[in-house]
Amino acid sequence: MEEESRRLGFETRQVHAGQRPDPNTGARAVPIYQTTSFVFEDSESAAAYFNLQEYGNTYSRIMNPTVAAFEERVANLEGGCGAVAFASGIAAQAAALFTLLSPGDHVVSSSALYGGSVNQLKHYLRKMSVELTWVDPDDTNAWQAAVRENTKAFFAETIGNPGGNVLDIEKVAAIAHKHQLPLLVDNTFATPFLCRPIQWGADIVLHSATKFIGGHGTSIGGVVVESGKFNWSNGRFPVVADPSPAYHGLQFHETFGTYGYLMKLRFETLRDLGAAMTPFNAFLFLQGLETLSLRMARHVENAAAVARYLESNELASNVTYPGLPTSLYHPLVEKYLPGGAGAVFSFDCRGGREAGMHFIEGVTLWSHLANVGDAKSLIIHPASTTHRQLDDDELRAAGVGPGTIRLSVGLEDIDDLLWDLDQGFRQAAGAAGSKEAACST
Amino acid sequence: MFDLSRYQDRETIRHVLDSAKTIAVVGLSTNELRASHFVGFYLKRHGYRVIPVNPREREVLGQTSYRNLSDVPHPVDIVNVFRAPDALPAIAEEAVTIGAKTLWCQFTVINEKGARIAEDGGLSVIMDLCIKVEHARYRGRMHWLGFNTQRVTSVRGGLQ
Repeated sequence: MEEESRRLGFETRQVHAGQRPDPNTGARAVPIYQTTSFVFEDSESAAAYFNLQEYGNTYSRIMNPTVAAFEERVANLEGGCGAVAFASGIAAQAAALFTLLSPGDHVVSSSALYGGSVNQLKHYLRKMSVELTWVDPDDTNAWQAAVRENTKAFFAETIGNPGGNVLDIEKVAAIAHKHQLPLLVDNTFATPFLCRPIQWGADIVLHSATKFIGGHGTSIGGVVVESGKFNWSNGRFPVVADPSPAYHGLQFHETFGTYGYLMKLRFETLRDLGAAMTPFNAFLFLQGLETLSLRMARHVENAAAVARYLESNELASNVTYPGLPTSLYHPLVEKYLPGGAGAVFSFDCRGGREAGMHFIEGVTLWSHLANVGDAKSLIIHPASTTHRQLDDDELRAAGVGPGTIRLSVGLEDIDDLLWDLDQGFRQAAGAAGSKEAACST
Repeated sequence: MFDLSRYQDRETIRHVLDSAKTIAVVGLSTNELRASHFVGFYLKRHGYRVIPVNPREREVLGQTSYRNLSDVPHPVDIVNVFRAPDALPAIAEEAVTIGAKTLWCQFTVINEKGARIAEDGGLSVIMDLCIKVEHARYRGRMHWLGFNTQRVTSVRGGLQ
């Protein structure tokens, strides 16, 4: 009996999509296909795979059945036509961009980004002779004004890291589409459970799977999802639409239609850059996705409670959790993130850099490390770590001050998390107090 | 644009792919880089008898190419169209005349009149979908490349 033709719910799909019982063994969990390569049935099949005439497994740098199960599950949850996984979120982002860019092109990007993304866009794109304009993501006129003849993409995060800017996806997508440009959205902080940018007009969605998708801080990985709706043959993207010298003149978009960009992303960019996700990491990410909705609901609940606590604490200011009713982004949260505004945000510790440092050293449950989206609560000082390579203007644009502390709220008992923050503040105040005392004597 | 969903029914697609043996591909090209050639090659590989219908070709994929559907000397199950949408009404009329069972129009081959002619003539109509993709979705290996098949099942052997 075939499956029913019904629209299955998100939580059914987060457990099932992309993975079916193994037809050979009946294995219910996804097998880890820990193999570099796959035996061909015959010479004709081998040729058909390499000519892209048939869907087939050849070599795990390009495709792998365990990784494919992960890719399809993410594509399904995001509402895209397919996905390609990479060794990291940064690799996914580079590959998504390089597939559609050529030297001399121009990208317009939100300035409120993860520091690693700022580095990649600012320095690596320049190295590839691609120009860049930063815009304030909240200023829709700025997006419009930044478009040039050679612009090829808009780039932004659903929820900015760590400033909590919420992107008006529908508006920015409309501007991009008016100029026949794709909008690329990094949806890492929202996850497809809280927001599905394609539904609002985004063309390409990126994830660092390392974060909430994996959910347990075990593995590095990334994934690119495409809607399949963007017209790459609109004249602006010869690099996608024109005959490919790497495939005897194959025109990816004309030949594969909806799937053209993803085919090119896999069979050219991934093939040639080589940053493939390992099957074992794909297995762990699949385990993570099975509980995504359950974890995100708790992450969001805890994050909102921590944000409320900080907002009412006189030692904290500038709490950037967009889910707070007082947030500038509240209307956008209601529209795009009705299930919650994620679990990563920042605040400024009274007493600046010094007090922030003592605060981070004072907490004992929150882990001081450079990651987000773990089951465990995490804490960091962005100005000296994740956003260290940014200059002062860039730090301001990203919403990072000298005393800014970024939190990734985990799944622990909320009372314990608040207790720990409380004692962190006491330590910070104590250190400041003893310094004052020392100075006054 | 009119509502295409009536021409994209999952049950119909599965039934058509399972019951068909002979597929006439209108506009099948000898150029190995054209979408029609990719599709024809794939269908042949998966056991269908593929009949080229293209007045500009003499032979494609080792099969004689016919000028039009009426010249095809075998019963045809599916007429698979790679032509401009405007050409569809005439092709649909021919498909009805030769007693084909299904008119399958590829991505962007959208023409409401053509669809209605075929439907009134008793044919199943699939429109704005690729026959290769749909075969790969229901019977093939589309999921091996991370595409969203939109299929979920816990039945062993329910999917390849």
